[in-house]
Amino acid sequence: MIPPPFDYFAPTDIQEALDLLNKYGEEAKILAGGQSLMPLLKARITTIPYLISLSEIRGLSYIDERKGALHIGAMTLDCDIELSGIIKKRFPILADAAGQLADPLVRNMGTIGGNISHADPSNDLPAVMNAIGATMIAKGRKGSREINASDFFIDTFTTALDHGEILTEIRLPFWGNSSGGSYVKFKKGTWNFSVAAVAVQLELDGKKVIRSGIATTSVGPRTLKMEKAEKFIIGKELTEDTIKQAAEMVARDSQPASDSYGSEEYKREILRRITTDAIKNAHKRAGGE
Amino acid sequence: MEKKQVSIIVNGERKEAEIEPRMLLAHFLREVVGLTGTHIGCDTTNCGACTVILNGRAVKSCTVLAVQANNTKILTIEGLSRGQNKLHPVQKAFVDKQGFQCGYCTSGMILTSYWLLKNRKNVSEEEIRAAISGNLCRCTGYDSIVESIKEAQEMMKEEGDALEHEQEITVRSKR
Repeated sequence: MIPPPFDYFAPTDIQEALDLLNKYGEEAKILAGGQSLMPLLKARITTIPYLISLSEIRGLSYIDERKGALHIGAMTLDCDIELSGIIKKRFPILADAAGQLADPLVRNMGTIGGNISHADPSNDLPAVMNAIGATMIAKGRKGSREINASDFFIDTFTTALDHGEILTEIRLPFWGNSSGGSYVKFKKGTWNFSVAAVAVQLELDGKKVIRSGIATTSVGPRTLKMEKAEKFIIGKELTEDTIKQAAEMVARDSQPASDSYGSEEYKREILRRITTDAIKNAHKRAGGE
Repeated sequence: MEKKQVSIIVNGERKEAEIEPRMLLAHFLREVVGLTGTHIGCDTTNCGACTVILNGRAVKSCTVLAVQANNTKILTIEGLSRGQNKLHPVQKAFVDKQGFQCGYCTSGMILTSYWLLKNRKNVSEEEIRAAISGNLCRCTGYDSIVESIKEAQEMMKEEGDALEHEQEITVRSKR
């Protein structure tokens, strides 16, 4: 299968990319690793007259530990996220998700920025961004702006990025010492999207939860931030009963659709189970029981 | 649609061509360079029959544009052996352990295995199975493939092979 014709640009600096994006407007799209875009083009689900590749721009691939946050370049490969020592240490939730994303060959080409800005509701990294409370750095011709993850994911394939903007960096604010997270994904076969997945990030003070982030994948038009469940566990010890109630909230507040992956009811049951697992694992990683 | 000039080092040799930007790397290798060992199976990023090594990493060449591979180094199955009648240990292990039946997935399987064994030491069976999870085989049930990769690991350990071969490719490409 061959994609429909397009013009291709590989600018060598970000300003040139922004100029091209501005010149061609809505007919242009940014190409990162292409692991989501190429299948869509090949199946002719979408047509893009002008593709602007970021692959020749230097300095967009890095994982930097800065004061207060981990800065990740948008063109950093998924495989580098998966294997990064600093990410395993500070945000194991992200290493979990990157390591389960599609398959190893796709991860060798796909990028964190592509996964996030493509905003497929089944892409894994948006939920992790929501759970951590990441900040996206969007660069436009007039400068940069910061967008919180909770404002970034708007709808299926739709983010808060303007047409003339490029996601250049993702910032993950460090959580406290007694924090940890987990991403649990349920899927059938490597080649399928997940039936459901959930990201949980927790911070503890003694036995009590003092901060939490919970978000889902594949069970709504976009990643869903589970605010009710997040608030519910704050100030509480994570007893079996509390975890069960939080998992129930996630199952109830999600918006799964019945499809070939399973019925709505089935997906809610999967969510109950994986949320329970994710909370328990996050709790363990945060230094809890 | 403006054509683009690409320069890609394939198995140590520089290949230059003017191509449509929409041309996939798999088609570039098969139709422009003429190396048909890279197979196209599903053509939908699932099966991994089209796996090649791009700058040291195994990727699905049906999901990469040839223009994206501009100025990169590609290793295909044709470039893996060390000359006539001298198979790479991974290839030899697949023959010895009968790691294929129809052979359609084999070049992709072998290149993914090569990438795995070059980058990680002492891989477990679990890691092997995870590494080939993006390569589908519809004949073998995978067990003989996993056995082949284990065997290849032992052979490569004995030879201290991996690095040496990479250097060889680099030297050739400089010419």
